[in-house]
Amino acid sequence: MSRRIVARPGAWVVWGLVVIFFVGLAGVIGSVLVNSFGVRWFDTWLPEAFTTRWYGQAWTDFTLLPVLTVTLVVCLLVAGISVLVGVPAAYVLARRKFPGSRLLYLLFLLPILMPPITYGIPLATVLYKYGLAGHLSGVVLANLVPSVPFVILTMTPFIEQIDPAVERAARMCGARTRHVFTSILAPLLVPGILAASILVVVRTVGMFELTFLTAGPDSQTLVVALFYSMSAAGIRAQQSVDAMAVIYCVMMLILLVVALRFVNPTQLVARVKEDPE
Amino acid sequence: MTTATLAIRHRLAERGVDPQLLLLVPATVFVVVLFVYPFCYGIAVSLQPAQGGALAAYRAFFTDAYQRDTIGTTLAIALPAALFNVLAAVPIAYRMRGRFRGKRLLTTVLVVPITLGTVLTAEGLLNFLGPTGWFNRFLLTLGLVDQPVTLTHNYWGVFFSLVITGFPFAFLLVLSYLSGIDPSLERAAATLGAGWAQRFFRITLPLLAPGLATTFCLTFVLAFSVFPSAILVGDPSGSTRVISIAAYEAAYVHYDYAAASAAAIIMGAVELVVISVVLGLRSLLYTGSTAGGKG
Repeated sequence: MSRRIVARPGAWVVWGLVVIFFVGLAGVIGSVLVNSFGVRWFDTWLPEAFTTRWYGQAWTDFTLLPVLTVTLVVCLLVAGISVLVGVPAAYVLARRKFPGSRLLYLLFLLPILMPPITYGIPLATVLYKYGLAGHLSGVVLANLVPSVPFVILTMTPFIEQIDPAVERAARMCGARTRHVFTSILAPLLVPGILAASILVVVRTVGMFELTFLTAGPDSQTLVVALFYSMSAAGIRAQQSVDAMAVIYCVMMLILLVVALRFVNPTQLVARVKEDPE
Repeated sequence: MTTATLAIRHRLAERGVDPQLLLLVPATVFVVVLFVYPFCYGIAVSLQPAQGGALAAYRAFFTDAYQRDTIGTTLAIALPAALFNVLAAVPIAYRMRGRFRGKRLLTTVLVVPITLGTVLTAEGLLNFLGPTGWFNRFLLTLGLVDQPVTLTHNYWGVFFSLVITGFPFAFLLVLSYLSGIDPSLERAAATLGAGWAQRFFRITLPLLAPGLATTFCLTFVLAFSVFPSAILVGDPSGSTRVISIAAYEAAYVHYDYAAASAAAIIMGAVELVVISVVLGLRSLLYTGSTAGGKG
């Protein structure tokens, strides 16, 4: 059968939309990228000359090393704690029906259904009251609020896919819940846990509001440092802000490409079996 | 163990309550301590303003037009942006649900905007759509406009930034809901002589509608918290003064925690009203399996 090249008008409109979106996207990313290497760029198509010095300047001006360290520490702590807390809860919610299970599910859904700033402001107030905000611990605690439910919601389908008969067999052989967890479920769940924790890391790196509301001067993550450097316009050269934004984007891109090796993005929300090739 | 406690345990276990539920305790404690308690604390703070009665902070919010209008501004940005993202995602996902070459590449490219972050998006929009940016330069060169079009530091800048961050997300969700619908249903309709439009509007769309409602809710939540982009690419003291800016200013500029908490609670309430209307409409729709066959 020969391929039809001629498409219906509907198809043209759809592909036109996609092309417009990609052209806009390329323009947005490209202009930041070009500017981050540009020397001076006023009323021309391209900058006068190209240089890499903005990257060096961004590194020293924004003291990026401590900022990156804080980002890394916050992300690892948030991912680790939310997996430890979330996976057992996801297990019970996936396997069991008990009075109030739907209510509990709704409770775990709420932090994801609310914009972070609505609970971020009261949360920051509470954390300041107990002297936790302004430090690393406050940032980690605030970021756990959406992350724990996120792990629960992404892990529940993973656990539902595991045949309960495997667990029953282990229990018949005398394994206790702890053993079932460590020697049966944990190995089977490793891909799911990896996927969930990478996604938590991606979300935490990108989480602006909660970190912004609870961070002190030495507990800023990369997004918050970027926001401050951009909203304090005029103090820094715009190109070095752009250079830092490119660094941020490259970091996120690496994380996401790693995440996509473990999960098919379309399988996260609905359990869809892709037919084999 | 006495027989009495054994009997109670047995009866509880019949209803599904046994020690295994203890695994839920850490997560529940986390959500209660870090989400429910601060929220209740926020409500309590908002009811204890420095002056006036218990509802003074809310009254102040609703009588001051500068504050009250932020609700309308937020909805005027978030609702069209979320609606656009979902509606644009449907035809594109519909075209892409089959297998074709480069599908994985296309999905990966669509995920890229998620990695951009609001700051890079904002910088990019300012550079690209600004008065001397490539976009205006292009229009001027072609002679389509005489003067640069103003697309940043106003409503449109914020709208575009919400589309860039929200559309890929909406697209991925819609695509996954669409791939969950059994294609043999449409094939069956086609053999009965249904045309393209009939197949889409009478089979796919009704099956997809609940998924669309969920997608709309999640995209709306994203769009509702436009705080950073409303400041960076918008006009934060005028046309894009959204409610989160009002809440932030009350807390960190005026140190009026009662007003800030009141604004945050009002924001949450407005958002939950929209979500519950959408989910209420969703419950009127078909909610069964979309996989066809047994289900």
